[in-house]
Amino acid sequence: MPEVLVFATLNGLVTGLLLFMLASGLTVIFSMMGVLNFAHASFYMLGAYFAYSISLYFGYWTGLILAPLIVGVLGALVERYGLRRVHQHGHVAELVFTFGLAFLIEEAVQFFWGQDTKNYQTPDLLDFPLFTLFGQEFSAYRGFMLAISIGIFIGLYQVLTRSRVGLIIQAAISHPHMVANLGHNVPLIFTAVFGVGTALAGLAGVIAGPVLTTFPGMALVLGSIVFVIVVIGGLGSLPGAFLASLLIGLLQSYAIAANVGMPDLLALLGLEFPRSHPLDDLWTLNLAQIAPILPFLLLVLVLIFRPTGLMGKREQ
Amino acid sequence: MKALAAKSGVWAGYLAVLLLLPLIFDSILAISIFNQMAIAIVFALSYNMLLGQGGMLSFGHAVYFGLGGFLAVHALLMMENEAVYFSIAFIPLIGGLTGLLAGVFVGSFSTRKAGTVFAMISLGIGELVAASSLIFTGFFGGEAGVSGDRTFGPPLFGMDFFSDVDVYYLAAFWVFVSTVFMYLFTRTPAGRMANAVRDNPERAEFIGYSARWVRFISFCASGMFAGIAGGLFALNYEFLTDENLNLVTSGRVLLMAYIGGLGFFIGPIIGAIILTLMNFLLSNYTELWLLYLGIMFVLTVLFLPRGFAGFIMMHRLAWLRGRLHTLALPYLLTGLPALLFVLCAVCLLELSHAAEPDLHFLGLSLARDSVTVWAALLLLATLGWYLTRKSVPGLRRAWEAANAPDAEAAREQAT
Repeated sequence: MPEVLVFATLNGLVTGLLLFMLASGLTVIFSMMGVLNFAHASFYMLGAYFAYSISLYFGYWTGLILAPLIVGVLGALVERYGLRRVHQHGHVAELVFTFGLAFLIEEAVQFFWGQDTKNYQTPDLLDFPLFTLFGQEFSAYRGFMLAISIGIFIGLYQVLTRSRVGLIIQAAISHPHMVANLGHNVPLIFTAVFGVGTALAGLAGVIAGPVLTTFPGMALVLGSIVFVIVVIGGLGSLPGAFLASLLIGLLQSYAIAANVGMPDLLALLGLEFPRSHPLDDLWTLNLAQIAPILPFLLLVLVLIFRPTGLMGKREQ
Repeated sequence: MKALAAKSGVWAGYLAVLLLLPLIFDSILAISIFNQMAIAIVFALSYNMLLGQGGMLSFGHAVYFGLGGFLAVHALLMMENEAVYFSIAFIPLIGGLTGLLAGVFVGSFSTRKAGTVFAMISLGIGELVAASSLIFTGFFGGEAGVSGDRTFGPPLFGMDFFSDVDVYYLAAFWVFVSTVFMYLFTRTPAGRMANAVRDNPERAEFIGYSARWVRFISFCASGMFAGIAGGLFALNYEFLTDENLNLVTSGRVLLMAYIGGLGFFIGPIIGAIILTLMNFLLSNYTELWLLYLGIMFVLTVLFLPRGFAGFIMMHRLAWLRGRLHTLALPYLLTGLPALLFVLCAVCLLELSHAAEPDLHFLGLSLARDSVTVWAALLLLATLGWYLTRKSVPGLRRAWEAANAPDAEAAREQAT
């Protein structure tokens, strides 16, 4: 039992922090532009694919540095020539635009890289077990993912709260006109933040690609979950996104690890139901099966009972 | 009175087109396309009730479509097992009732807010239902889906529903009825208030309407019509899978409504027809058609925010002022090079993806590995792009002239 708990916690942390790398960019972009970027996870996918292609020629570490940069530049271009243009037509148009972009990027990835799963490998340098606990190995690459995510979190927090750049960004979010009057180029700040946010998503893709497999559907798998996190954490709240990422990561990890389900519950209550009913499957459910839908259940519940999310400030 | 006559004329024309289509195009293929169109039209119109008229962006509209469809297939199965016996003409009604019930349930908590919160709840519900459909395999059939048979009911007007034509007439009936009712809904106080709540919920609340209640009514009605579309789908294909419930289908209906044009009643109809045709025409010729669809969608959002219907309606003013013909030449001057560019770009994309050394494109046979072909195409594409860019200012001037308030201003704009 303890080994299950320890490994579930570690895996949950890895997933949660990875999700946070996506969610942090998404939530900062939301607080600036007021639009949820549906294509955010697509940039994560692009990161993985670029890194894969680069790693074929120059090795993993070049990809780790170059791929997020390319993705960031792409993101900045999308903001400058796409979103800014759609902005005048209102929020629905913006949301629909990013939705279309997500669709387009998925198709483009299939066009350039094909539909098959790419054999994107962890680097040899990190291909060893970091430690062995209760006879189970924890790979060094997962430790590396953990380290990078924590590093990004601390770095982002420091930049946003302690540096002059962070000060200007925060001011541009709450009082764009005032910041513009002080002589700062607010649209440029927006483009830059969008670029950095997408670059972070790209970085998440680079480090997640070898573990979560690099295939054209990877954006779809993670995309809606990242949305869920941003909404549960409270739209625009960075600490909320952090909390929600860990919550979702751990929740899913525990649900998969826990070997309990409806049969156990029914046995506990001493109930028995006749079989051969259309909803039979309800009585044989177990937690691992419903792990993928837990985030969405949580999302709906949070939106019904606390629409501002865990740490959101204002009503939408 | 005149307006009323014109309107009844439009509806009579619509009915006539619906009835005559299978007589003009009577191949099996054409009928199956018409059936797809019929389903898509009802579905897209029901989506427009939410987004276009009510301002609620939904990413989970397939839930009502799919649930309606699944219940309809189960009704067909019950008929097959002789548990019930009724004409399958009522099957879409079962779908509609299911959609309505699902809409009442989900709408009871999701319509409190519009905007992002509503969009997120719809996304969450959509993912929940799609994921559940894979868990509850007894009802949804898992990844294999559920299939039924539509021929067990009693014949109707001599139709036994073995062939697709019979289904078409049934679908045409339901399309017409649904379209009429959805149009009438926009004329009711509830439909009018939906527009008001979309544009300014605060003011609607101040004159005494509950924005939530107004949204709820639209939401339920929209769910019902989506369910009817689902029922039609079940009749046509006799087969439903989890894909009919999930984000792919929800996204497709958003595409249809948006490309056709939100805010115009006819928009989603246009969108449904265009996308069904594209689906059929392109998917036969190229594997890349989804890529083209994605490009088209993003371009529509960027440049035609009101869709095709909006584009057509843009010319109303010029038409009323009797200057529509002045636009023909500038359109041609921009359109032809643009067409050249698009064709060359498509050809290049196809060429880079061609499996065989020779690509057949528009009657030409192009060698994939020939540098000359690539160079010529690139050159033509650049030429097309350049000419398009050059002609746009002229088009803009002509446009302003055509829309100018009086003749003198028009002359001034044209020079």
